[in-house]
Amino acid sequence: MKYIDDFRQRELALGILGKIREISSRKANVMEICGTHTHSISRYGIRDSLPPNIRLISGPGCPVCVTSANDVNRIIAFVRKERNVIVATFGDMLRVPGSGSTLQEEKARGSDIRVVYSPLDALDMAASNPGKEVVFYAVGFETTAPTVAATVLSAAEDGVKNLSVLSLHKLTPPAMKALLDGGDVEIDGFICPGHVTAVIGAGAYGFLSTRYGAPCVVAGFEPLDALLGLHMLIRQIEEGRSEIEIEYGRVVTWEGNVRAQGIINEVFEPADSVWRGIGTIPSSGLKIRDAYGRFDAEKKFQMDAGADVEPAGCMCGSVLKGLITPDGCPLFAAACTPADPVGPCMVSSEGTCAAFYKYRKVVA
Amino acid sequence: MCLGIPCRIIEIKGLKAKVDLAGVKKDISLRLLDGARLGDYVIVHAGFAIERLDEEKAARTISMIEEVIG
Repeated sequence: MKYIDDFRQRELALGILGKIREISSRKANVMEICGTHTHSISRYGIRDSLPPNIRLISGPGCPVCVTSANDVNRIIAFVRKERNVIVATFGDMLRVPGSGSTLQEEKARGSDIRVVYSPLDALDMAASNPGKEVVFYAVGFETTAPTVAATVLSAAEDGVKNLSVLSLHKLTPPAMKALLDGGDVEIDGFICPGHVTAVIGAGAYGFLSTRYGAPCVVAGFEPLDALLGLHMLIRQIEEGRSEIEIEYGRVVTWEGNVRAQGIINEVFEPADSVWRGIGTIPSSGLKIRDAYGRFDAEKKFQMDAGADVEPAGCMCGSVLKGLITPDGCPLFAAACTPADPVGPCMVSSEGTCAAFYKYRKVVA
Repeated sequence: MCLGIPCRIIEIKGLKAKVDLAGVKKDISLRLLDGARLGDYVIVHAGFAIERLDEEKAARTISMIEEVIG
């Protein structure tokens, strides 16, 4: 397939790996922010192919995983209370365990909860169910936020009155800043998310290199992208540079997708947001502007705060901050598996625990 | 949900388009992308094209890899 096969050539992958080994001498803690990178790095066995002084740490880049326990419990309480609503959301959200239930279990008990591929599906659902309220339970980063904003604009244009959005969107650069400010985890450089950066532009990380001295490379998701991105980052670390570089030039620019940014800003404004494992990060979320308040589920409905309780024994919070790898959690691959997940990091395919589980080495 | 994939635009009608990914056809929205043209490859995320792929820059990345390896 075009743009895929070219970036999966084994000989070239082995070639870059050799070069990484050649230039790497210092200890380097590299955080990949995006869940798709985490998945790709596990799938292609990149972590184990690197020299031992390079440590890859997975960051808080899985939208399902960073949604707080409070918000998960809040939506579960909401569907139990409101019987005339359809809750539409992305598939992974159904299996995320709250305190004692999941949306999937609530669906089995009769709540109308539907999986959508696109927020536009929720708009269609509102149009074909005029007697019901459709609430889109919206999680995601800067890649998903413009798709939801565009859907709200379409709903406004079409005069749709029975669609609203519970906006739990999260923004990437404030979370990277919070991790560096927190200082719990040692980070020498970032592999930045390809598709988030396609929207926000590589310039958005400028403050990380100038104020924090953290080198950043924006990389794509094929194995050659991840490897070339790592080579660029390791070279910066070895040479004592902290710059923003783009590996994923076929998609990412410095300014990003200005049209998508405009649509986000039309509908949303930055707001504080609670991240699982990290807590409240200032201006790291998006709330619906007053001009579109009629599409804000939090204004339309009484949505009580849910219990802020992590599943017993779950260490997703530490995994999301990069403090431990999944195999450092006693529940991993024992009490917590993809078929019966305890925490969200084992639910989503972008979750670090799910990626480690799927591609783990099985010792006979 | 974040698995944005390169798809080829095979039909455009206003802000709507049809894309092809290895034979699978899908309707998407072009609302988030300026100036999409027939035959362009785009990254599709949650039913929207979010960016266009640049063929020249893709080739440049492969050249960069070959230069690194030497």
